[in-house]
Amino acid sequence: MQPAGESVIRARGVTKRFGARVAVRDLDLDVPAGVCFGLLGPNGAGKTTALRMIYGVTRPTAGTIEVFGIDVANDPRAVRARLGVTLQENVQIEALSPRDNLRIFARHHLLPRSRREARVEELLDFLELRSHADVPVVALSGGYRRRLAIAMSLIHDPELLVLDEPTTGLDPAVRLALWARVRELRARGRSVLLTTHYMDEAERLCDRVLILCEGRAICEGAPRALIAERLAREALEIDATPAEEAHLLAGEPWQRLRSGGRLVVYGDSVAPLVARLRAQDGGDGRPVIVRPTNLEDLFLAATGTSLEGGA
Amino acid sequence: MSVSLPHALSVWWRNASMYRRTWKANILPNFFEPVFYLAAIGIGVGAYIQEMGGTSYVRFLAPGLICVAAMNGASFEVTYNVFVRLTWEKTYDAMLTAPIEPDDVLLGEVLWALTRAGIYGGAFFIVVAAFGYAPLPRALLALPAIPLAGLLFASLGIAFSLRVTKIDFLSFYFTLFLTPLFLFSDVFFPIKERLSGPWLVVAEVLPLLHPVRAARAAFNGTLGWQTLWDVVYVLVVSAALLALARRTIRRRLTA
Repeated sequence: MQPAGESVIRARGVTKRFGARVAVRDLDLDVPAGVCFGLLGPNGAGKTTALRMIYGVTRPTAGTIEVFGIDVANDPRAVRARLGVTLQENVQIEALSPRDNLRIFARHHLLPRSRREARVEELLDFLELRSHADVPVVALSGGYRRRLAIAMSLIHDPELLVLDEPTTGLDPAVRLALWARVRELRARGRSVLLTTHYMDEAERLCDRVLILCEGRAICEGAPRALIAERLAREALEIDATPAEEAHLLAGEPWQRLRSGGRLVVYGDSVAPLVARLRAQDGGDGRPVIVRPTNLEDLFLAATGTSLEGGA
Repeated sequence: MSVSLPHALSVWWRNASMYRRTWKANILPNFFEPVFYLAAIGIGVGAYIQEMGGTSYVRFLAPGLICVAAMNGASFEVTYNVFVRLTWEKTYDAMLTAPIEPDDVLLGEVLWALTRAGIYGGAFFIVVAAFGYAPLPRALLALPAIPLAGLLFASLGIAFSLRVTKIDFLSFYFTLFLTPLFLFSDVFFPIKERLSGPWLVVAEVLPLLHPVRAARAAFNGTLGWQTLWDVVYVLVVSAALLALARRTIRRRLTA
């Protein structure tokens, strides 16, 4: 087990080119042990490529990656022996049950029989699969299949669990249950690295996040601290065209971001602005949302649109 | 990146576990095809043929069809199954999250194809022997032709299927390559009696002739230098094809 405070993953200057396309550009990464670390970004940002380089199935064009202090390029097998990866798609033998799938995957890790059987039973409980342990995977819902996929990644009790878009396509109840499992893993001293494009997932689960856009790291840190660095605490969302915006917010020095027809205004307390908008819009009853500033706002601020008004 | 036998065997085991559930459905096409040829052509057509290659027609067919059974056993595994796993199911991507490398996947799949070749070739041999078409005990020396044919066609099939991008091309492998091979490799008639000079050279280059000729030599008790050449051909060509397959699978799984 990695001592707390050490990095489980250390990447320096990592670049990956596929022909003319640069998927990851000059990435530095430090994932401390025992935390849940999120790689966020839209599709095509380079998250999956970064993950593949971390567990050594894709070779960086430039740069170095060390996992558990091991140079991945030198000894990928040793790295993979100590981490587990849940891919975006659930890869399972459909004709067989979760129990059989777990047993077969345990053999890829060369687990001896007694440990294999013990781990299978532990994981069936941990991921709440016991009720469906002997049902062929083809008959299981997406939620159960995802749980099985995660169980398979944990069969050898790895120190680091890598999750690629773990809750995409799952219903809210299953998402919450999986988040609870991730928290429990962290409580047991394991490290978790996940990729997601769900900002709420990143905010609720991750101790630290790194935002990737077009292969480049945009910013990195604890979610709330990152937000506080750039944006005020509260956000007010309103549908307004630029002309309406100019009219409604004339002379106001508030930070603003625009995403299409939607305007978001930031401030430590936006209540006064709500009152002003009500007075200005002449009884339109235009819908207004007041909420805490979140990673979605940070992402838009950092990548999508430019910040207007005060810094 | 070296190969690890225990990890390769875990890949083999995965196939074996899946096969255990479905072997009854699987056994029908691949196994019964040569049996039908033996019955319909060997006995049916053979009734009109006095002798071929010094024996009755059905006895002439027997060693060739044993190799064909082994060829069939290996071929489907390394073409369709490998293609589907690689391209659609992402099976190998999932395996590579464990301490498994592409070389292990290649070895595991080839070993499994060899196992299937052994099952079908062996089962066919038993059928042939049970009907008295195999002159025992010397025909037992034909048994090594089964893993040899299996290795050769596993290597050929996997080298090919790792390179194709569309599943349609796999059917070309069967209809444009294996089927003509099957017809012109000394299985149904002695090629040296019916083919002229240049065609004999072509036939010598083609794969199926070699295990068939070796099996036939065992059945006839005429093992000799040519048999050694046949074995060397199989081993050298298989090694070359596996080297090619290895480069391809490394490229496709670990960019």
